[in-house]
Amino acid sequence: MTVLAQVRSWLDERLEWDDLIAPLRKKTVPRHKLSYWYFLGGMTLFLFGVQVLTGILLLLYYRPGANEAFESVQYLVTQVQFGWLLRSIHSWSANLMIFTAFAHMFSVLFLKAYRKPRELTWVSGVVLLFLVMGFGFSGYLLPWNTLAYFATKVGTEITGQVPVVGRPLMIFLRGGEDVTGATLTRFFGFHVAVLPGIATLLIAIHILLVQRLGMSVPPRVESEWTVNPSARREMKFFPNFALRELMAWYVALGILGALAAIFPWNLGVKADPFAPAPAGIKPEWYFLFMFQTLKLIPSKIWIIDGEVLGVIGFGVVALLWVLLPFFESQETSRPKKWITGAAIFALAYMMGMSIYGHLAQ
Amino acid sequence: MATSLNRKSSKTRSTVRRFRVSRFVFASIVALLVFAAVSPEPSAAMAGGVPSGSTVNAAPAAPSANANTPASAISAPASAGKPDTPATSAKSETPTAPAAHKDTCLDCHSILPEPLGVTAEKFAEDIHSQKGLTCAGCHGGDPTTDDADKAMNRKAGWKGKIERKQIPQLCGSCHDNPAYMRQYNPSLRTDQLAQYHTSIHGKRLAGGDTKVAVCIDCHSVHDIKPPSDPRATVNPVNVAKTCSRCHADAATMKPYGIPTDQFANYSKSVHHDAITKRGDLSAPTCTTCHGNHGAAPPGVDKVQNVCSTCHVFQAQMYEKSSHKDAFNKANLPGCVVCHSNHAITHPTDAKLAAGPEAVCMTCHTKGDRCDQARETLLAGITRLDDAIKRADQELALAEASGMEVSQPRLAQSQASDALTKARVTIHSFKKELVDADIQEGLKVAQANLMAGQKAMAERNYRRVGLGISLLAIALMVAGLWAYIKEIESEEPQEVMVKGAGD
Amino acid sequence: MATGQQTVKPQQAVKPPDKDKLKSAPRRWFTEALLGGGFLATAMAFIYPVFRYLIPPETADLGGDSVVAGKVGELKPNSGKIFRFGSRPGLLVRTAGGEYKAMSATCTHLSCTVQYRDDLHEVWCACHNGKYNMDGRNISGPPPRPLEAFDVNVRGDEIFVRRRREV
Repeated sequence: MTVLAQVRSWLDERLEWDDLIAPLRKKTVPRHKLSYWYFLGGMTLFLFGVQVLTGILLLLYYRPGANEAFESVQYLVTQVQFGWLLRSIHSWSANLMIFTAFAHMFSVLFLKAYRKPRELTWVSGVVLLFLVMGFGFSGYLLPWNTLAYFATKVGTEITGQVPVVGRPLMIFLRGGEDVTGATLTRFFGFHVAVLPGIATLLIAIHILLVQRLGMSVPPRVESEWTVNPSARREMKFFPNFALRELMAWYVALGILGALAAIFPWNLGVKADPFAPAPAGIKPEWYFLFMFQTLKLIPSKIWIIDGEVLGVIGFGVVALLWVLLPFFESQETSRPKKWITGAAIFALAYMMGMSIYGHLAQ
Repeated sequence: MATSLNRKSSKTRSTVRRFRVSRFVFASIVALLVFAAVSPEPSAAMAGGVPSGSTVNAAPAAPSANANTPASAISAPASAGKPDTPATSAKSETPTAPAAHKDTCLDCHSILPEPLGVTAEKFAEDIHSQKGLTCAGCHGGDPTTDDADKAMNRKAGWKGKIERKQIPQLCGSCHDNPAYMRQYNPSLRTDQLAQYHTSIHGKRLAGGDTKVAVCIDCHSVHDIKPPSDPRATVNPVNVAKTCSRCHADAATMKPYGIPTDQFANYSKSVHHDAITKRGDLSAPTCTTCHGNHGAAPPGVDKVQNVCSTCHVFQAQMYEKSSHKDAFNKANLPGCVVCHSNHAITHPTDAKLAAGPEAVCMTCHTKGDRCDQARETLLAGITRLDDAIKRADQELALAEASGMEVSQPRLAQSQASDALTKARVTIHSFKKELVDADIQEGLKVAQANLMAGQKAMAERNYRRVGLGISLLAIALMVAGLWAYIKEIESEEPQEVMVKGAGD
Repeated sequence: MATGQQTVKPQQAVKPPDKDKLKSAPRRWFTEALLGGGFLATAMAFIYPVFRYLIPPETADLGGDSVVAGKVGELKPNSGKIFRFGSRPGLLVRTAGGEYKAMSATCTHLSCTVQYRDDLHEVWCACHNGKYNMDGRNISGPPPRPLEAFDVNVRGDEIFVRRRREV
């Protein structure tokens, strides 16, 4: 027997390995015009893995604390061998992951993969999306440079606008009234312990559900295949789809390396809380649409403060987003058209506002 | 599955009871969490409410005898400018305070039109009023009576409008008296009157010219503020404007034959920029060089003494240079010859060149020994300037490519310092001295340039490394693709055909 | 996507591939070479940087609030030197009595770099004649604020300078 076969039989005797992976062997991926969208979930998972790996390596040199954070990143990027590479990969992969997470969510939305019985997969996924944005927000502060400091100040300030719970929430996030070294320590704790813990749990649930429920097929393709069963095409997940996904992952790795080497992430200038905020402070691109919306809302609508209304608005939309599958019809073959309309509007709004926010002064 | 009805109902009942209990527990936990989140912390509550640190002016001190209110000391609070110090507030209310505060003059004069009118608000801003002085302190008369004849009785000492010639003496009657001034501010100088007598203004006034400046022309009257108050006419920020009221007015200056372009020139200067744009009160204004009470030009051969109080190095160089004796002999005013007196603009290397801004060539002849020396000086300075710029460019390029070059960037400031030093050493007019500074700077700039080049080399090394990694990845991806193709071509062809059925 | 397909029916037996093996033997070898070589190359490309990364560099990082400003014996009494503290210059002075003092070297007037004047026993700024005493307090000239003072510790033969306050 080959070594591989020996290892397998050893595992099987102790873990009932074959029974364990049997479902994986049977798993198939539907093949149709829109199959390419199936790659996005795995890509997000891969990028998360890259984040965990590079993050752990960065942890070996990074020091949280207002006095040391910037200097430790500076040391890491200049003195540590390939430190610049790992740090830039970490920063780029973060942005790429947030992008693929959004793309994955929108593809699921448009391909209607959230329909019964996959509601919980959607719920766990949307919560994961929020967590991923939380990762981005908390991680951004860690190098303790001017842009990060003021972006965090503005971002947590907006959180404080939520009525009733806003202020306590802001103080909880900041570790005090203002953004200080205490905020940095706290964000560090969120970024490397709290969020990864919750995210790992949710990812496990999410993937388990996907394995149990199988891959969803878009409604139109579904109806085609019901009419004409012989037209149905499925690809084995293992090894066919898995190999293709591996190819995509390698290409993504290459892209990350190229980005890190050709467009390295800026170190910036160490944050000085006593200096005035630089003009035109903007959050990172994935928060731009919200930021721009808040800027455009008039300062007072009737008697309510405009910004408060905006923040509440976003909260309500987020809640509805999580509960989206429960608005869908129970008859999964005839999904509601207005949800598609709302999805198109949401995508157009987010993209439009992001571009606007980027171009605005 | 099927259970008897009885069993089911008891099960249901106990289930319901448990459910009710657990619902209650759940609700109380949620309530607890909400309460914890919403209830503010003690410090947060205070900070969120009333703005912390109520202003100093809340001090309720009742005015003592002569209103020696410590809060309104000469320094900061007066700058708040609010007429809310106890003395003045006592004045506007019905005073329970001593009669010294009663000032019936204002009762009439606050509603009279100019030039007799002085509003209560205006006088409340005056430092003298804040210290407890009334109109009578300068004008005499009786401020406690409502009877106009009694109040304005010349025989009883009322002076009415003070004659311009008398003003310095009047102000000096207190301000020249150390024992008196000590009661209010022991650190105030008391030699202003003596100084004034030495000034051009003082001398001309003594000679009968009442058009020259007296105390009130600079310090204003009835709303005099201490010099530290940014609104005061004699605050450094405002001094030039105050002087220019006369000295920039052609009609006023005509009888004296003094030019009137000083303010316009000064407004172009770096010193003016420093004061007005950067708020740097240590920069010179008119009084810094001309004196305030003893106002007079420093004198042609003494100008460099004045400039040297700040520009020490330049003055030291100049003292040892050939130009000092030359200028003295020619009765030329030192620094002013090249830098002007009022329109002192930021000197550029063009001053050393041969173009329109050239100062050397206004005296020296083209091609002479000094012209050649000038060329050498200029060449050295330009060389160092270029070297610094080149190093800066290289470092900027490296930085833009993502290389970390903060150490050489910091070192660049040393090179810039050397250039500044070289430009100062020019005032010695000695080639060797200037050259020494330039060489020092060139060394640093060169080292930084090399650091920048090293960073660019590292950048290229990274790109090569990237290329190799991408090649490896391409290999892997090609291998995977080939493998996929292979395993899928091995799958039986009948599968495709067979798929037509069922 | 490639041509691989499979029907939903599980009963279809998979035909043994040995008939095709002869045809695809050279291709198979090529594929294996690509795969093996690619895997090895990429593995090296990943492992090498990570391995180098894990080895700590020679120049130790003391953290942003502490630097080595110099070595004992480097400074004579009554002299000073400029050292780098983070991204700004610092001034290390050895007084005539042999004591070490450290402070920021950026003049609070117009940010020129100050120096120690051994003739004046003071810290002096050449730009506009600003003067500071040995504690960094501004005593004469235009500077509006003192220089930030640092703590000095001598450990072994190294002189450590650290910031006093957390930002």
